[in-house]
Amino acid sequence: MKVLVPVKRVVDYNVKVRVKADESGVETANVKMSMNPFDEISVEEAIRLKEAGKATEVVVVSIGTAQSQDTLRNALAMGADRAILVEADGEVEPLAVAKILKGVIAEEEPGLVLLGKQAIDDDSNQTAQMLGALTGWPQATFVSKIELGDGSMEATREVDGGLETIKVNMPAVVSVDLRLNEPRYASLPNIMKAKKKPLDTKAAADYGVDVTPRLKTLKVSEPPARAAGIIVGSVSELVEKLKNEAKVI
Amino acid sequence: MDFALTEEHNMIIESARAFVEQELYPFEDEVEKTDQIRPELYESIKQKALEMGFYAANMPEELGGGGLDTVSLTLLEKELGRANFGLQYIVARPSNILQACKGEQVDNYLLPTIRGEKIDCLALTEPNAGSDVRSMECRAERDGDHFVINGTKHFISHADVADYVILFAATGVEDTPRGPKKKITTFLVDMGTPGFTVEQGYHSVSHRGYHNCILNFDNCRVHESQILGEEHRGFDVANEWLGATRLSVAAMCLGRAERALEIATEWAATRKQFGKPIGKNQGVSFKLADMALELKAAELLTLYAAWKDDNGGMTDTDAAMAKLKATEMLQMVSDEAIQILGGMGLMDELPLERIWRDHRVERIWDGTSEIQRHIISRAMLRPYEQ
Ligand SMILES: Cc1cc2nc3c(=O)[nH]c(=O)nc-3n(C[C@H](O)[C@H](O)[C@H](O)COP(=O)(O)OP(=O)(O)OC[C@H]3O[C@@H](n4cnc5c(N)ncnc54)[C@H](O)[C@@H]3O)c2cc1C
Repeated sequence: MKVLVPVKRVVDYNVKVRVKADESGVETANVKMSMNPFDEISVEEAIRLKEAGKATEVVVVSIGTAQSQDTLRNALAMGADRAILVEADGEVEPLAVAKILKGVIAEEEPGLVLLGKQAIDDDSNQTAQMLGALTGWPQATFVSKIELGDGSMEATREVDGGLETIKVNMPAVVSVDLRLNEPRYASLPNIMKAKKKPLDTKAAADYGVDVTPRLKTLKVSEPPARAAGIIVGSVSELVEKLKNEAKVI
Repeated sequence: MDFALTEEHNMIIESARAFVEQELYPFEDEVEKTDQIRPELYESIKQKALEMGFYAANMPEELGGGGLDTVSLTLLEKELGRANFGLQYIVARPSNILQACKGEQVDNYLLPTIRGEKIDCLALTEPNAGSDVRSMECRAERDGDHFVINGTKHFISHADVADYVILFAATGVEDTPRGPKKKITTFLVDMGTPGFTVEQGYHSVSHRGYHNCILNFDNCRVHESQILGEEHRGFDVANEWLGATRLSVAAMCLGRAERALEIATEWAATRKQFGKPIGKNQGVSFKLADMALELKAAELLTLYAAWKDDNGGMTDTDAAMAKLKATEMLQMVSDEAIQILGGMGLMDELPLERIWRDHRVERIWDGTSEIQRHIISRAMLRPYEQ
């Protein structure tokens, strides 16, 4: 079984993001970029499936600018076998990504697609669900455990009330949550091997997808600064303030 | 000129940083406090380093090493340098000089050392021969196909965990136009060879968990097959292979300085006195600017030397400048970082006091700052010599 893992290049999670002066978005010039952390988890899971003999090939795909090659090389250094870059400039919205992925799936015919539940830049949390709908494949979202069976899989989902285990038929679309695994860091020999692994470049148009954004960003602004707290002198003052100022009791 | 790092470089940095933060940082306190590394801890870090391929990263790939070029190795050592010295040294970079191994030496020393089955140490320095290393008194006299070694070496790093020593000893005197000069030969001597004993050395202010030892040779007999390189040509092998250790010292200083600067920057931005972050005072913020400037200058010199090494043109001056600048930069950066933190900078809650203590040895070993300046100026003045 082949596993397809889409990965996205995003601003590194350690970077303190800043809004651009013209409020058109966040500053990405001279900012460290990395693989979306949730995607690292899906790459890790795919590699583990391969190591366990349950998958035969791990193919990673990224949709974005030429620099997304770096992200793909990272996935290859972790242990993925092959990479596909679908070049597209500017912001590509979840629906366009899902449509392109549908095209990639038609070519690659994977038995499983593992996606991060969301990308930490726009936090959309839409691509996996849209891909599930477009392909008509069963989907399991927010997954923290995967148990592969014969022609089906058991997925443990993180839901508001706790954990839910569902059975889905394969091929399936799965979006992964934080607790699924702890991604490895690439070993030196694998880093060296990564540059020799195949990386194909395609264009969005190859899949007949128009990536023009359907949404217009009007303005991006900093979250409001949190006001400083106050220290109250007594319990009765606290109760008084909760009642009359905060109006929560 | 291209100053850009490749994606491969960035991946090495990221993997090494993750390794250092996850596998080494958690044990720093323990090692700083006990001055010891538990054998189980040593073994487990070594295994992880082997798995990650960081072990013997300096050695050629065809021998089972990491096969890194000098720039990549410098970037790796910079990251390793962030951690406690003893812990990071478990990720061994065996002496490059071992690449001079020939015949059975390859299977007995070089390959097992790269695989992590044996650990090497290197002994040049003696109580009466430090910077003037050629004046060494330790001697090896030929007796048939054997040599008889007598003398003492001191300050020999990690000889307490080593399986053998790469030993430099005088094997005669030759007349040169500048007067008599000792002929030096390099030997591979196993721990436990009769007549060879190792005792714990002095307690150093720097590098907790990493020890230096005193080596005593009392009529210690070694077979001539233990000669590394050629008889009397010990300094040729040293000159060919040891320049890289200066870059290694420089690289590790960069990592440590970067860590100190990160701590100082965050502190300056968040510590409030007189109603505002202390970093809002130029008295503090200008320190940060100067620290960053010194660090960058040292980094450029070090990577420049490494780049020249990869391209076949690194001179003694290049290596000396990198080592000198990086070690003296670390003095300044670690000291100013403590100043920015105030009292908290001195406490062992944070790694700053350790970085400050550790920096001290860097200006002394692998050639003191004065010797580096000597190397640089000697090359400048040589054309004028009569
Ligand atoms: C912790 C530690 C670990 C070490 N590990 C090893 C090891 O594993 N193997 C090994 O062989 N050695 C090792 N060394 C030795 C180290 O390389 C020497 O300490 C160093 O070469 C300086 O020698 P010295 O200490 O005898 O000082 P000296 O050479 O006595 O120097 C004393 C002072 O005189 C100055 N000086 C000397 N000559 C000149 C000159 N010509 N011009 C101007 N100034 C001069 C020096 O710069 C210094 O300031 C280690 C040292 C330390 C401290």
